Amino acid sequence: MSALSLRGLKKSFGGNAILNGVSLDVEAGEFIALVGPSGCGKSTLLRILAGLDHADSGEIFVSGRDMSPVAAADRNIAMVFQSYALYPHLTAGQNIAVPLAMKRLSRSQRLPLVGSLLPGQKEIRTGIAHDVREMAGLLKIDHLLDRKPGQMSGGQRQRVALARAMVRHPSIFLMDEPLSNLDANLRVHARGEIVELHRRAGVPTLYVTHDQAEALSMADRVAVMIGGNLLQLAAPDVIYNDPAHIEVARFVGQPRINIIPALAENGRVGFEGIRPALLEKVANGPVSLGIRPEFVKLSPSGRSGLAGRIERLEFLGSEVIAHCRLDASGDSVVAKLAPQEARDLIAGMKVGVVLAPEQAMVFGPEGKRLRIAAGARQEPAYV
Amino acid sequence: MNSIPAGRIIRFALLSLGALMILAPYIFMISTAGKTQSDIFTSSLSLIPQRFYFAENFAKAFAKVPMATLLWNGVVVCGLIFFFQVVVAIPCAYAMAKLKFRAAQLMMVLVMLGLLVPIHATALPLYVAFDRMSLLNSYTSLVAPFTISVFAIFMFLQFFRAMPDDLLHAARLDGMSELGIVARVIVPNAWPAVTAFAIFSVVAHWNDLYWPLIVVSKQAYATPPLGLMYFRAAEAGDDYGALMAATLIITLPLVAAFLLAQKRFVEGITMTGLKG
Ligand SMILES: Nc1ncnc2c1ncn2[C@@H]1O[C@H](COP(=O)(O)OP(=O)(O)OP(=O)(O)O)[C@@H](O)[C@H]1O
Ligand SMILES: [Mg+2]
Repeated sequence: MSALSLRGLKKSFGGNAILNGVSLDVEAGEFIALVGPSGCGKSTLLRILAGLDHADSGEIFVSGRDMSPVAAADRNIAMVFQSYALYPHLTAGQNIAVPLAMKRLSRSQRLPLVGSLLPGQKEIRTGIAHDVREMAGLLKIDHLLDRKPGQMSGGQRQRVALARAMVRHPSIFLMDEPLSNLDANLRVHARGEIVELHRRAGVPTLYVTHDQAEALSMADRVAVMIGGNLLQLAAPDVIYNDPAHIEVARFVGQPRINIIPALAENGRVGFEGIRPALLEKVANGPVSLGIRPEFVKLSPSGRSGLAGRIERLEFLGSEVIAHCRLDASGDSVVAKLAPQEARDLIAGMKVGVVLAPEQAMVFGPEGKRLRIAAGARQEPAYV
Repeated sequence: MNSIPAGRIIRFALLSLGALMILAPYIFMISTAGKTQSDIFTSSLSLIPQRFYFAENFAKAFAKVPMATLLWNGVVVCGLIFFFQVVVAIPCAYAMAKLKFRAAQLMMVLVMLGLLVPIHATALPLYVAFDRMSLLNSYTSLVAPFTISVFAIFMFLQFFRAMPDDLLHAARLDGMSELGIVARVIVPNAWPAVTAFAIFSVVAHWNDLYWPLIVVSKQAYATPPLGLMYFRAAEAGDDYGALMAATLIITLPLVAAFLLAQKRFVEGITMTGLKG
């Protein structure tokens, strides 16, 4: 039984479909990254899971239990918000204590003044204070407990928000871009910490981000959502090397994959010299050829490959990105080269662009991945 | 750099003139409160009293007018009105700003309409109703008509709309009920709006003469402006020195309260975007 399963969640706002039937399973102890471009409905999906919003249709199960009649507070789902959403008027310690106080103290015990006179509340409050300190120790924010959110840095607020979510030991953890407000260095550091915390607590986590590198580096499995559709859910290496859809291929990988228009003819794809055979039956017509930039080589002599020109070179230290344009078709192709390969290259020069045909991926007219015959992949590309 | 640009001088002069025009009546009030009867009625207009008569005028005001009762009534009435307005308006504005329900649109229209209807339009029916309930000459009749302030709802609504939804979502996930959210999240964060509204409400009702004049006919329930009117009509006649002294006394609490809380008020007004 999955820790969390979604079945066909749909949601639209005023006629705009935001989620088009999202289904997803999070297994016990798993860390799933939900990644997609801004505005694709990630936060909306999390809100629906947490019970803060209602889906138009579809079902949510937590450990097999239907969540539709269960109120947000009783789902035992914790969430870290994009903006952290700390209570501005409470100190960090009080912020972390709120979920515990709401759960452990009775309605009358929570009242100001009167509540502090009721029997039994003192022990509960001591217990809460103890748990808050323990959580603060775990996240190394002991020294911040008396500060208000306005007096903390972004990274400190993020930790407090994390502590507030973790302190009640939820059965599911939702995080909505918790690192997007941090600077680049801190973000990489915090990534590691979140993964570490997850490993220790083992709470199944759905982690939302629009940063594909974050998703690939942190998650056990990555779910790619684009335009309200869940296009692929797989391990990071599968997402990168074997995308199921052209949008997935486009979204994952930096620099972006080269997409070159090509034609399908009688079961083969034709583009210049590349002619892989398709395993699936496809009507003759336009298809797309995808080749990752690291599988594009440039030949300065121009003796091999397709004739082209270098339009721009970007030096990134450990690698060089070359933006080229093919003479014949006018398509632009990006190559990712090691610095020593790029030593003789200058912007504006004519080069031969060598596309590794065995690494090409073919996508149908709707963007679905088309498999190509293994044999055809080995076929010599340039005649 | 010892010549000041002409533009600046003109601007400064204009501003000073404007300030003087607005302040003139108050200055005159203070000056009159310190003059003797004969000094007031001389033909020459001077700001500085010929003989300082402040003490005598104030003594007269305190002796002839039940100042303590008036001020106490003012505090009770303004305090109760403000309290009920806030208690009613905050949950109402919260619901309209942040909850989705079918009547929200209709309520918005009603609030807008409410802003357009002045108390003068409903004064007569209200008077008749209070009379039938034998509630004339009571705090109830002074306070009740103002407990629901559409202006407060409108102002808080604007303020609450700007509060991040995620804060409320977090509160719901933490297990708070909607009333809990109002009490524990909205109210502690709404003080800038509440202080800004406090100025409008307290000033308006402290200075209000129209409504007390309608429902109150006994000194015991008179608010400060009404009390002054009785004083002028019955006792003082043309004793303007004492009258001005009394006026000064009832204006002072507001000025003092404002000066004491000035920082908060200004903060509140700038934070709610209410200026004017
Ligand atoms: N309450 C709402 N009413 C109307 N439209 C909404 C509402 N909430 C979200 N939307 C729309 O739904 C779409 C998805 O929003 P959502 O916040 O889920 O995006 P997201 O994937 O989280 O983006 P980001 O990465 O920028 O946070 C957006 O186009 C947004 O305009
Ligand atoms: Mg979002």
